[in-house]
Amino acid sequence: MKEELKNALLGPLSKNNPVAVQVLGICSALAVTVQLKPAIVMGLSVTIIVAMANVVISLLRNTVPNNVRIIVQLVVVAALVTIVSEILKAFLYDLSVQLSVYIGLIITNCILMGRLEAFAMGNKPGASLLDGIGNGIGYAWILIVVAFFRELLGAGTLFGYRIIPESFYEMGYVNNGMMMMPAMALIIVACIIWVHRSINKDLQEK
Amino acid sequence: MEHALSLFISSIFSDNMIFAYFLGMCSYLAVSKNVKTSVGLGIAVTAVLLITLPVNYYLYTGILQKGALSWLGEGFADLDLSYLSLILFIAVIAAIVQLVEMIVEKFSPSLYASLGIFLPLIAVNCAIMGGSLFMQQRVGLEATDPKALTGIVDVIAYALGSGIGWAFAIVGLAAIREKMEYSDVPAPLKGLGITFITVGLMAMAFLCFSGLKI
Repeated sequence: MKEELKNALLGPLSKNNPVAVQVLGICSALAVTVQLKPAIVMGLSVTIIVAMANVVISLLRNTVPNNVRIIVQLVVVAALVTIVSEILKAFLYDLSVQLSVYIGLIITNCILMGRLEAFAMGNKPGASLLDGIGNGIGYAWILIVVAFFRELLGAGTLFGYRIIPESFYEMGYVNNGMMMMPAMALIIVACIIWVHRSINKDLQEK
Repeated sequence: MEHALSLFISSIFSDNMIFAYFLGMCSYLAVSKNVKTSVGLGIAVTAVLLITLPVNYYLYTGILQKGALSWLGEGFADLDLSYLSLILFIAVIAAIVQLVEMIVEKFSPSLYASLGIFLPLIAVNCAIMGGSLFMQQRVGLEATDPKALTGIVDVIAYALGSGIGWAFAIVGLAAIREKMEYSDVPAPLKGLGITFITVGLMAMAFLCFSGLKI
């Protein structure tokens, strides 16, 4: 039992990563990673919502009839997302403008539905909570790595503070504007997958 | 009318759902293994967008928007229900997808069988929800803004353009992936990795449409 709980929490960080292995939640992973700060807020929001939705659905799992379960899951998730988005609007207004529709899109983030269907429907609330936190963090670290490279190479800053010194620019260093474009996010994720699968050989496809 | 046409064109090319906003990536990556299925899914997504966007538009402007309920009386003039939009939009989308599923099952069992699980999954396709949320955002813009949606014609043009743009992208990727079956890809990049790189390159190609105007 102990082993199972540990797997639920730590598995999604690497071997069973939601973005790099399960291919869930790609949309928002790519769209909010131009800078580090929104990426971290997004990662946190998703972690909180997945964990809470997992617990709620896992508590309801024996009472919800099978054929209406998708609607029930959507309503639970939509309620949680509405709460998070109102909180962000109240306390972090600038960031919520920057994240625009992508907070609302957490509802249709496949990580949510995927974990609810695959884990919370068949497991106890405690294990579901750990699974939710694990998957949320697994998602968040990919976001943070992608945002780190995009912000550093694209704008020369981290968290909005200048990292690459002025003297570099005087010597002719130029920010890579391409990094700000959506296309580079895809390629950075591809590089993460490349490194990840070179280390974990058993994940390679045929 | 001119505005609607320009919205239609820009939502296919420069504001493409996949390449500019990454909406609907999950099914985009999962279903794009062969051209035939991806054509079917592209049409289904376009159809669902075409129905849900106008419905959500009327729902938003008629009930949720600030002041929309003022005809009920003085006390309702300042009522702003837009915080309910997430729940209502997703409910509308889920219901319409259920309907489309039943219609397709009745009239075209072969398409139903080939789409399989992905038909119900359109309900959680971010492209549909994203379309509704962008619509909500754009309705609030000034009428002179090139992205503003000023009436039902604009909304339909936007829905149709977004759907076609999405279908366009998935069919293109499926065609490339079919050819790539025969290429010698480094083992760790096989499957998912090379698909990401392909999509990245396609997105770069689509960058040249940005700023396209009629």
